[in-house]
Amino acid sequence: MSVQQNALDKNTLDDFIDKPNLLQKLGIFDWVWALLVTVGAAFVFTQYAAHMDVYEQGILILSVPSLIAFGWSWRPMQSLTLVVTVLSLLGIWLYGGNYGNAESSFGLRFLVSSQSAVMWMSALFVLSTVFYFAGLIAGSEFIEKTASAMSWTAITMGFVGLMVRWYESYLIDPEFGHIPVSNLYEVFILFCLITGLLYMYYEGRYKNRSMGGFVLLVISAAVAFLLWYGFSRGADEIQPLVPALKSYWMKIHVPANFVGYGAFALSAMVSVAYLLKDSALKRNPDGLMARRLPSLEMMDDLSYKSIALGFAFFTIATILGAMWAAEAWGGYWSWDPKETWALIVWLNYAAWLHFRFSKGWRGTHMAWWAIAGLFITLFAFIGVNMFLSGLHSYGEL
Amino acid sequence: MKSSRTVGSRIVNFLGSMNLAITLLVVLAIASVLGTVLQQNQPYTSYEIKFGKFWFEAFRSLGLYDVYSAVWFLLILGFLVLSTTTCVVRNTPGMLKELTRFREGVKEKSLRLMKQSEAMHSKQSVDDIQTLVKRVLKAENFRFREKSEKENGQYTVLAAMKGGSNRWGYWLTHIGIIVICLGGLFDSRLPMMFAEWQGEVIPETRNVPASEVPDVSTLSSANFSYRGSVDIPEGRRANIVFLPVRDGYLVQRLPYEVEVKEFRVEHYSTGQPKSFESDLVIHDPDLEAPLEETISVNHPLLYKGTAIYQANFGDGGSEIKMKLHPFVNQYATQEMTGNVFKEYNLTNGDRKFRLELENFRLFNINPIKNDDGEEEQKNLGPSFIFRLRNAAGEAIEYTNYMAPVTLDGRQYILSGVQVSPSDPQRFLHIPADNKGSVGLFMKFLKNLQDTALVRKVSIDTTVESMQGAKLNDDAVQNQVVESMVRLTQLFVTTGFDGISEDIAARFPEDKRASVSEAFMKVLQASLRAVYLETLRQEGKPEADERDWLFYDDSMSAIANLPFYGSPWYIQMTGFTQIEASGLQITRSPGKNIVYFGSTMLIIGVFLLFYVSHRRIWVYLKPQDDGQTEIILAGSANRNEDEFKKYFQRLQLAFRQTLSDGGK
Repeated sequence: MSVQQNALDKNTLDDFIDKPNLLQKLGIFDWVWALLVTVGAAFVFTQYAAHMDVYEQGILILSVPSLIAFGWSWRPMQSLTLVVTVLSLLGIWLYGGNYGNAESSFGLRFLVSSQSAVMWMSALFVLSTVFYFAGLIAGSEFIEKTASAMSWTAITMGFVGLMVRWYESYLIDPEFGHIPVSNLYEVFILFCLITGLLYMYYEGRYKNRSMGGFVLLVISAAVAFLLWYGFSRGADEIQPLVPALKSYWMKIHVPANFVGYGAFALSAMVSVAYLLKDSALKRNPDGLMARRLPSLEMMDDLSYKSIALGFAFFTIATILGAMWAAEAWGGYWSWDPKETWALIVWLNYAAWLHFRFSKGWRGTHMAWWAIAGLFITLFAFIGVNMFLSGLHSYGEL
Repeated sequence: MKSSRTVGSRIVNFLGSMNLAITLLVVLAIASVLGTVLQQNQPYTSYEIKFGKFWFEAFRSLGLYDVYSAVWFLLILGFLVLSTTTCVVRNTPGMLKELTRFREGVKEKSLRLMKQSEAMHSKQSVDDIQTLVKRVLKAENFRFREKSEKENGQYTVLAAMKGGSNRWGYWLTHIGIIVICLGGLFDSRLPMMFAEWQGEVIPETRNVPASEVPDVSTLSSANFSYRGSVDIPEGRRANIVFLPVRDGYLVQRLPYEVEVKEFRVEHYSTGQPKSFESDLVIHDPDLEAPLEETISVNHPLLYKGTAIYQANFGDGGSEIKMKLHPFVNQYATQEMTGNVFKEYNLTNGDRKFRLELENFRLFNINPIKNDDGEEEQKNLGPSFIFRLRNAAGEAIEYTNYMAPVTLDGRQYILSGVQVSPSDPQRFLHIPADNKGSVGLFMKFLKNLQDTALVRKVSIDTTVESMQGAKLNDDAVQNQVVESMVRLTQLFVTTGFDGISEDIAARFPEDKRASVSEAFMKVLQASLRAVYLETLRQEGKPEADERDWLFYDDSMSAIANLPFYGSPWYIQMTGFTQIEASGLQITRSPGKNIVYFGSTMLIIGVFLLFYVSHRRIWVYLKPQDDGQTEIILAGSANRNEDEFKKYFQRLQLAFRQTLSDGGK
């Protein structure tokens, strides 16, 4: 066997013994990117550290190794951060410290003002959903790849929208300035982005694009809500923070929560695909859905992985929320409706995971349960704000 | 003895069973829903109004107004902890075995039967293979044991494993939950509930000053944990907090005194509140000097194991200057000064009233229709809220605004009236004169009650109009004047309804319509005449369009007066605002225990999900021909798909490297 072939196969015991460690696997681009992240954060720190409290400084510093680790373990993240940075800086440069430029500058008005960027995100997510389904039905890899590209662009534009919105909040009034995760409008953008990213991660990992339409369906629904909420209620207007939200906790509690919500939504949508495939297989194993959708085992596995990830982050988010509550409301647990519903969501998935781990349950029951879980999660996310009153009434409809 | 052991083991089996655990998780979730659907810890009277007597009592006995303190709810939680503990205790020996034993004694047969198992032959010797395999296992971070059997049937087993921390995940998550619940128990009201059950503590339900609350409703400052609130006016201090208990409260003494020097609300440029903060001074004999600190939302003060939070704010007994304008002209206007939360006795003739000053508000941001008919948030300025309680104990609540409000281009003095809490608030619109006061309206009202004046202007008008019509009949003239006077009096005291009743009492039904029309004409003539006279007294000989609008508004206000309920319009002429800071003071020694348990839980969850306990066995058996038979087997307790791929790669490498003689 030639040396070259050996290297390609990576299949002798020597390869196990001499396998490269993590650092050796990194290429030049990985290092350049990590350097850019570090330099960027250092620049931000020197510029703005004086305006941050010690916790916010800590969050900024810790976000550097976290982002680098994330980017190194999932390379698409590197390109994403670079493009988002460039476009966000373009937006900031076009504003040039004048909020009025949003209307007069062409680039802002049609591309990178937070409003325009969010519109691009919305349109692209919806289009991508259509393309994913079209690709699935036509069995065309090209259409599916186009859909992927659209989703990536949507995610990029969404992040640009949030970044520029962050800047805009300071432009309107330096006292208004805050990270854009403070109300229902902003967190819906975040939900779309995180769910989208999670899906893209698994799409890459499983090298399968046929579930895209299903997952993007829930993102499109969120987009529809976002547009309605923005146009009919003027929710897109940047508002100053209420005193209870003025805390560094918001920067970690909210995103952690939305990794949870996004992952739960993903698992529910994969479960929908699972049930479709299952019933298609029973009716006609040669049918379109039965052939084109991924294997039941794969979807079952993905659904589990997604719930596990969601559960882990939801646990963190709830605990962070409790710690914030201890600082803002005087107690880490008050049985406030939002807290209680977070517990209900947690208990529900805890029960799901127990069934899976100790009883080994899989299949349609668990898929139905994962879908039901989304409705419970949805109630905790929006229903509580709509129907119940309590301390956590930040995103009222 | 034996039977009792089986009963015991049965109980342990039941408590530690997965079915019970999952059932408890689901039951707890459903029980938790209850407390969010039914708003908790509201005043009991509001529940009674909502549900009616029967259901109110039924729900109360089930503890539904405070679900999370109900005995049955705590029992579910207790069972969950018990079940989790039993589960941990039962599983720990097995887990320890899994964690510590390499299972090098595994039988050849069971290795062959494993899900991931491959057998192959190699020309290399057992020793050579063993050396190579050990290097591989080390490089892959496996720990391993080896066992060689020299006697019956020679073989060597390398038993390797890694990712044992997955088992730690089990302990950390489950013990973490137990620790969190125990920490929560430290901060819970369980001891207080027990003391209440024993009769040592009885919640106070009366609305009395803290100094009058008996000892049995007071908890000492040595109390282990509490969470209560207190409103402290600026410049005052307190050494207690109130703990709400169902429909009553307990007084919790603090180990120090807390003084509110100043309370502030900072605003954004848009007028929305930016921050609420209080300058506090802690007075404590243990301190050399009083401790001064400013707290705000999200920034509590930690002192002596307690935390002081900025929870809300309200009035702290503002001083209000008032002018009482009686609606009946025989009484004089009175002036008085009072404080919010205090009560004052008032008399109006022989009627006695109690004035209860309830609240003062400096800002009233309300939606008001602007000139384009769009709703706009507008500040209506200062207002104060009071209750007027009559001798029978019935009270009506009023909200009076200090400054006039512009509606449709006209100015009004607003007074909100609410007869009972379930009724909507209704407004009396008193037209404001050009000084923005009720003066002109009051003067007009008084003139209407002045019979002599009404008669005089009635005669003037009647004479004038009869002359205009070339009529001269004293009897008719007198009759007209008398009915003008009478109708005016009737209108001023009873409104339009009184006139209708009067007509209904005196005329048959078929005539009422025409009589009513005639009466209205007469009344209008009289009212207009009195109004013009009032204007003349104010030095205005002619009435213009604005004056007639004022007249129309006065009419609707006067028509509503019989429903107003108060014999005065109480005007706020000045105020000195005193704010109170709403503090929440807690002592929660279990907090750090809860955080410790939470950390265990988080670490545990990640170990449980993302670390897989993997085992690899390499079974080497020398063959007669000098070759070696290799059995490679493995297992993983998580993520089997991933392990399957790994195992495939590994066994291919084994084959490529070993089975062809190491080519």
